[in-house]
Amino acid sequence: MNIYVILKQTFDTEEKIVLRDGQIEEDGVKFVINPYDEYAVEEAIRLKDRHGGTISVVSVGPDRTTEALRTALAMGADEAALISDERIGQDEYSVSKALAAYLGKQTFDLILGGNFSIDNGSGQVAVRIATLLGIPHVASVTQLTVDGSRATALRDAEGDAETIELTLPLLLTAQQGLNEPRYPSLPGIMKAKKKPLRTLSLEDIGLTEADISPKTQRESLALPPARQAGKLLKGDPAQQAAELVRLLRTEAKAL
Amino acid sequence: MSHIYAIIAETREGKLRQVTFEAIEAARQAKGETDRIAAVLIGHQVSELAEELARYVDGPVHVIDRSDLAAYHAEAAFAAASAALNELNPGSVFLGHTAIGRDLAPMIAARLEAGQISDVTAIESDDDGGIVYVRPLYAGKAFERKRFVENTSTRIVTVRPNNFPAAEPLPSPGQVVSHTSPLPNLRSAVKEVVRKTSGKVDLTEAKIVISGGRGVKSAEGFQPLERLAEVLNAAVGASRGACDAGYCDYALQIGQTGKVVTPEIYIACGISGAIQHLAGMSQSRVIIAINKDPEAPIFKVADYGIVGDLFEVVPLLTEEFEKALA
Repeated sequence: MNIYVILKQTFDTEEKIVLRDGQIEEDGVKFVINPYDEYAVEEAIRLKDRHGGTISVVSVGPDRTTEALRTALAMGADEAALISDERIGQDEYSVSKALAAYLGKQTFDLILGGNFSIDNGSGQVAVRIATLLGIPHVASVTQLTVDGSRATALRDAEGDAETIELTLPLLLTAQQGLNEPRYPSLPGIMKAKKKPLRTLSLEDIGLTEADISPKTQRESLALPPARQAGKLLKGDPAQQAAELVRLLRTEAKAL
Repeated sequence: MSHIYAIIAETREGKLRQVTFEAIEAARQAKGETDRIAAVLIGHQVSELAEELARYVDGPVHVIDRSDLAAYHAEAAFAAASAALNELNPGSVFLGHTAIGRDLAPMIAARLEAGQISDVTAIESDDDGGIVYVRPLYAGKAFERKRFVENTSTRIVTVRPNNFPAAEPLPSPGQVVSHTSPLPNLRSAVKEVVRKTSGKVDLTEAKIVISGGRGVKSAEGFQPLERLAEVLNAAVGASRGACDAGYCDYALQIGQTGKVVTPEIYIACGISGAIQHLAGMSQSRVIIAINKDPEAPIFKVADYGIVGDLFEVVPLLTEEFEKALA
């Protein structure tokens, strides 16, 4: 089985966001594989363990993304490709076109991605790719079984669970609960250094700048107003409870 | 030139969802004076809902009513929505940023080679009269103002629940148009839907959210929170700690991984307040924290804090709210 995993490198979830000159400061930030994409990598490895095949990880991003791809290789992926080209930008239309152009030239049974990226959080790219490639998809998958050319996926739809059957090739996005991603082992990290990691430009994937011309653009960035610590309520628990309800009604006007 | 703003409506348990009315309001804020708002309604036995929807829009309501659309099915809904959108030829398409909207919008955007701005929390006009969409990054640790480039053919927008007021009805209803064209052959099938949320308040749409963390200690420990939620018609959420510990389903998780909620009142019970959790709830209007540890970071963002044992405080709060709401 040929499995492709699309992944993105993101800030660690515990990072604070700092703006400098209107841009998000990246210096000193810890980068990780987007947590949802990590589930996708893990699921690919489990599928390969059961069914054999190869796992390729692919990303669009700056050069620092190679670190995330090496981590995926250390976890157990076989090869990696980084589409790294300043002309691609952040617009989901552009990113999905680039990935679809690359994936469209590969032979795949399954494409796995994350439900959304924890930085941009729009959740568009994977679903766009499925549509561009003309394959069915299931988003937000918490359980997956593959049997020959048939797949059964359990989809989390805002708490409801939908069981969906479909045939390969297809695209799935991983939701929390799908699995528990492994840590790379030391031998895994050593092996990863020798695994192929290619860097590709727009020309390498057969696109021109016009093909990926963005549809949206960022005007500005801002931090939300900082919240102030409010008041700690005094008294015994019964008094605190009564005071809280009173304040919600009179001061916060929330009841 | 006048454009059509098409709203893709959503239903849940036989009703139009709140977020649909919020998406209509968002479209009203974004549209120009001569633009019209139309709607697309996909489902089964939805004719009454179509009439209801028509009272909120000045353009047509396109209805695709089929038994095989009773439950959401990505391919089927996409085919149905595409048929309606082909006729409407909209300049903009607005959806809720929900399980359905998040799935359907990128399919539509890809097919139309369109730009999409997701999870919009506010709409502003720029100095030059252009429309700017505000949306969170890093689950709300930052916000970006974004616009569509000039030559975009179609603009797709998903609207975060609970951030726009619900639209008010218009004096004269729009017209309902029924579609009967068959669906294409489908490559996927929805075999089963387990409604775990049936009868419960939706987490992202709830006006009040009561959330439990590691301090809840067990699955049973959520019971006092659920009891309080019943009294307040609130939704129950959880921190990553509680989910990882197996006290509750990941579907309840609030944070940078998990869901972002923006209710009127957020009550954090036994939650320490890790940065990744704060990202998912710090845009709530009023935050209440109940925690044994007075040093817990959650108190730094809480409007009201109670240092104490949640198993003691929450039942007392439940009593007080019952009295207050009686």
